[in-house]
Amino acid sequence: MALSETERRIINKYQRGIPYEPRPFKAIADALGLTENFVLNTLADLRERRILSRVGPVISPNTVGASTLAAMSVPAGKLDAVAAQVSARPEVNHNYEREHQLNLWFVLAAADRDAVLAVIDDIEKEAGLDVVELPLEEAYHIDLGFRV
Amino acid sequence: MNKVDWKPHMDETDRQIIQATQEGLPLVPRPYHAVAEALGLSSADVMARMQRMLDDGVIRRIGVVPNHYRLGIKANGMSVWDVDDAHVRDAGMELGALDYVTHCYRRPRHLPDWPYNLFAMVHGRRRDEVEALVAEMARILGPRARRHEILFSTRILKKTGLRLGM
Repeated sequence: MALSETERRIINKYQRGIPYEPRPFKAIADALGLTENFVLNTLADLRERRILSRVGPVISPNTVGASTLAAMSVPAGKLDAVAAQVSARPEVNHNYEREHQLNLWFVLAAADRDAVLAVIDDIEKEAGLDVVELPLEEAYHIDLGFRV
Repeated sequence: MNKVDWKPHMDETDRQIIQATQEGLPLVPRPYHAVAEALGLSSADVMARMQRMLDDGVIRRIGVVPNHYRLGIKANGMSVWDVDDAHVRDAGMELGALDYVTHCYRRPRHLPDWPYNLFAMVHGRRRDEVEALVAEMARILGPRARRHEILFSTRILKKTGLRLGM
């Protein structure tokens, strides 16, 4: 995925945060010697090309509602069907197949802990398989973003 | 380090603001003004509330959020570690400070199937790059880590932003 020098600068410089002010894109433009309109068009284009998933807030886990990481050990022949059932739930926001005996890993979020457990219960009943639930106990990372 | 048992106070309006912006700010000159208009609030109120949520850690940051996969960072390795409980916090803080670790969490073990209590997500362009980084992490942890594995993702089946069930 080819990036222009300006696109690269914007992504590298603003992953950790854009200026918090009423006209943030003008502040970015001023810092980089561009126009506000050019910055807006560049960001819209990066979104259109799906290089950016969004420009906006990143929410910390478990501060708004409750979430958890869960895993299942799904027999190969059932994997596509179970994965589709899991992905179909609106509470599930990530679902990955991984190389392990526990081969289906998903993150789900709901209004509170009871709602999370109710979704897991439903998934277990629908799939006829146990879910290993691994809720977050403590977070340690300092996410500095990616150099591109 | 964020304790997870502390919940900042949030009211219904805060939740509406999160819901209205979780797919991204509108790409217009005054994005907070546009969010405020859509919710029937003043832009000063929206910005004050978002500032408070930034201060409280509800909002980690407001930034450009790249799609790693589209940028060629396709090897997504979840490294998992069995660390003595007495050392897990120190170990987590050391791994979490590494620039190639995007997430680092302590989670419960689930014996006998799952002996690991520390998770660190490592992204790289290639699998061997992720393996080399995890080898470096193993050297950093030394004997504090009894064993570890890397779980590579073989398929992304679903990936969306946080959606609140409200």
